[in-house]
Amino acid sequence: MLLHLDQVTKSYPGTGAPVLREISLDLDAGDMLALTGESGSGKSTLLHLIGGLDTADSGRVCVDGTDLTPLDDAGRAGLRRGTVGVIFQQFNLIPSLSVAGNIAFQARLTGRHDPARDTELATHLGLQEQLHKYPEHLSGGQQQRVAIARTLAAGPKLVLADEPTGNLDEASSDAVMSLLQDLVEETGAGLILVTHSERLAARLPRRLHLRAGQLT
Amino acid sequence: MSRVILSALLSHWRRNPLQLITLLAGLALATALWSGVQAINAEARASYDAAAATLGDGQYAQITAREGGAIPQATYIALRRAGWAVSPVIEGRIDGVRLVGLEPLTAPGGLGPVRAGGEADLGAFLSGTGQIFARDNTLARLPDLEAEPVTAPDVAPNTALTDIGVAQRLLERPGQIDRLIVLPEQPLIQPPLEQAAPDLISSAPQEGGDVARLTDSFHLNLTAFGLLSFAVGLFIVQGAIGLAFEQRRPMVRTLRALGVSLRRLILIMALELALLALLASGIGVALGYLIAAALLPDVAATLRGLYGADVAGQLSLRPIWWLSGLGIALGGTALAASGALWSLARMPLLSGAQPRALMMARSGTGQALIAASLLLLFGALALWGEGLLAGFAMLGALLIGGALALPPLLGLVLKWAEGPARSATAEWFWADTRQQVPGLSLALMALLLAMAANVGVSTMVSSFRLTFTGFLDQRLASELYVRAEDAAQAEVVRDVAREHADALLPLLSTERQVAGLPAEIYGARDHATYRDNWQFLYAVPDPWELLARGEGVLINEQMFRRAGLELGEEVSIASGTRLPVLGIYGDYGNPIGQVIVTEPLFRDLYPEVTALRFGLRSDSGQVPALRQALENTGIPQAAITDQVALKRMSLAVFERTFTVTTALNVLTLAVAGFAILMSLLTLAAMRLPQLAPVWALGLTRRSLARLDLLRTVVLAALTAALALPLGLALAWALLAVVNVEAFGWRLPMYLFPLDYLRLTGLALLAAALAASWPAWRLSRTPPAQLLGVFRNER
Repeated sequence: MLLHLDQVTKSYPGTGAPVLREISLDLDAGDMLALTGESGSGKSTLLHLIGGLDTADSGRVCVDGTDLTPLDDAGRAGLRRGTVGVIFQQFNLIPSLSVAGNIAFQARLTGRHDPARDTELATHLGLQEQLHKYPEHLSGGQQQRVAIARTLAAGPKLVLADEPTGNLDEASSDAVMSLLQDLVEETGAGLILVTHSERLAARLPRRLHLRAGQLT
Repeated sequence: MSRVILSALLSHWRRNPLQLITLLAGLALATALWSGVQAINAEARASYDAAAATLGDGQYAQITAREGGAIPQATYIALRRAGWAVSPVIEGRIDGVRLVGLEPLTAPGGLGPVRAGGEADLGAFLSGTGQIFARDNTLARLPDLEAEPVTAPDVAPNTALTDIGVAQRLLERPGQIDRLIVLPEQPLIQPPLEQAAPDLISSAPQEGGDVARLTDSFHLNLTAFGLLSFAVGLFIVQGAIGLAFEQRRPMVRTLRALGVSLRRLILIMALELALLALLASGIGVALGYLIAAALLPDVAATLRGLYGADVAGQLSLRPIWWLSGLGIALGGTALAASGALWSLARMPLLSGAQPRALMMARSGTGQALIAASLLLLFGALALWGEGLLAGFAMLGALLIGGALALPPLLGLVLKWAEGPARSATAEWFWADTRQQVPGLSLALMALLLAMAANVGVSTMVSSFRLTFTGFLDQRLASELYVRAEDAAQAEVVRDVAREHADALLPLLSTERQVAGLPAEIYGARDHATYRDNWQFLYAVPDPWELLARGEGVLINEQMFRRAGLELGEEVSIASGTRLPVLGIYGDYGNPIGQVIVTEPLFRDLYPEVTALRFGLRSDSGQVPALRQALENTGIPQAAITDQVALKRMSLAVFERTFTVTTALNVLTLAVAGFAILMSLLTLAAMRLPQLAPVWALGLTRRSLARLDLLRTVVLAALTAALALPLGLALAWALLAVVNVEAFGWRLPMYLFPLDYLRLTGLALLAAALAASWPAWRLSRTPPAQLLGVFRNER
């Protein structure tokens, strides 16, 4: 089991009802899951808990056999570095590094850097002409492709994509999504895609909907 | 992994070289000013140590003539025969070089040429024309002296050592000795000094050399100035680090999201700053060396003139100030970065990571509250604080409080200025200026401190000069001063004076304990010279009349403050003699207390003291003839001092002091100007989104640039307006509190409006120069770049 969530609850101070209520979920390697829901339904919170970016109030989050509950900041950082890859809506590229530097960055952090893989990913994502440019010189679609390349170059077992096409127009969105699916499939990693878009969610084999903090 | 993270962090500097230059330059300049001052201090202290090591200054008990003047060689021989283990010393100056004659066979081990030369040939030292040991540069300044020059780098600067016989010959003082060094090992049985040589008096060794103690205050002031300059530089560093950290918040969030732990990230960021600090401090220490090398000759001249302390005019590389420079740069960086690192350490991983405007990060209200508290503390310390430490705490509270008060005060003034604005442009100008204050606040605080330091220090030094000039006119009223070698020569002086001078004023003095403190007691002749020239800080009516009748004493300010005496209060000056205080006079620069009684009373109380020093009054046209008459009797030229020459020399010393303070003032102001330039340049990119809409609404780029330049000058002018009262408060604190606590006398404070006006002009010019390049760049900003702002917004 790549991901196992057991009765996970999360609330924020001053918000009244919990954002997530007793969520349980399993995901195997190679599975692709679309997570949809209204704004504020807790999609991103759930993704943050799985990625070790935040901690649950109760319940267990296990990623690749590791229970995240007892992990401290360094332990959760290690999980994000080696096992999980997160793709953000805002791309979160490092502005002072070139495209090539950004693609290689997480792989270098994990010690699994393979320049040939970088080149392959850059070619696949149509970034070979942009390698020496800096993020500020790229369009939104190009920046998101760099973020995808950065995540996949590190070879994560689980890819978490939080509205990865939220800032893109429809055509770019479709292109980026196709590339992401292809590449995740190719690596055999698991994928959880958080999206508002019914159209994008429909592309994935499994789909869950979050409503009032519960999965339906 | 750490290397990858460090390289990502460093990439920020590669992409923002201006920020890197600001950080490095700020730290380098701050370190340069600090380590430059430290280099000067270290060199001076090394010179004092060298003097103590080679001449035994302060290490051994000394015997001198009770009445002052020379000790006859026969007295020395008699003392040795009586069993006293003493060694003779004679001193004089030849072409400004201090020539010291020692007796190497009796001098304490380690003193003099035996140590200085290392393997000195005693035979050559003692025989023939003898040898003179000194540093190379000192030897070069000596005239041809019929003695073999020997280079000895360990000898104190500006000092030459030779055998006492050679020194007596070269100084034309045969058979004379100035003092006797008492060796630590003395025979068990020896007659008391009063019996063996009743004309001599012994003084105990002092901890630390006299010179070192006297000059401590001078070095303390230099250190305070260095620290202030460092603080000005540190504002630049804090600004650069703060901006860089703000801009890197998204990067930090990304790094953490990608799996870098917070602790590792903070450690690597600290390491990154330490590396940059080391690089900058290396540059700073090298620059500091250049500053110190340029200023040291003037400092050496000041120390020699004010305290008679010989300090090398050339700089040596000393590890202590290299380390001090590196240490303070690292410490300063840690201090400047601590807030930014602390804020990052507390930043939640999922918080909004977009760089907040720097200004928003600081709580304006909190800063105003801290400023008000510090200024209140200043007031409280000014009213009730006691001691030097409280004095310095007061200075710190004043300067930091004043600096922190600047942004809120500017905000208030600009808001007030916005009210009457009529045109849209004027309204926008004032509102936008107010918006820029937080971003420029660190640079403006640096300018404020630099200007306040300028006003404060120059007011202090100028007040000192003005007071001292008046004091010289008061104290050096006699046209000529003569020092006789003995009573017989004193009689000759009297004879000459009867024939050629209008009046002869004997300068009678002795050292005694008064009110439990060491003091000089002077006997003054009842003469118009004193009545006409002396001014009192406080006095009873007709003090001179009462003094002449022996009905009271005059005391100097040091005695007044240290002994806590009041006007009319009686003070005991000898057993059974208590007299009221008639007046208190300023006695600037004198480290100890002084009491003046009338001449007849002095002679009654201390009949053993005979006058060997005299002031001679004469018509100024007759001074050359009087001098010639004295010289004709065999009194050496060196024993006759011309009042005009003495004043000229004293004022020349002040000019050298001014050179040093002016140079430090200009450097500090330049650092502040640099701070403004760098702040404007780094803020320039952030300004585009604010300027683009105004440009789009019809203001030309050139107009925007002109307004930006004007904005900086307005802010600098407002800062200058606050710097003036702050600087005057600083001067008051230095003169009325620190000076009194440190030296025991208070200097009157004078104001120099023209100087302040010139300084304000200089500061505005520095600000205008600093703003002109960013303004020029703004005027040349391509329209596409301004349009990009609207594209990004979409």
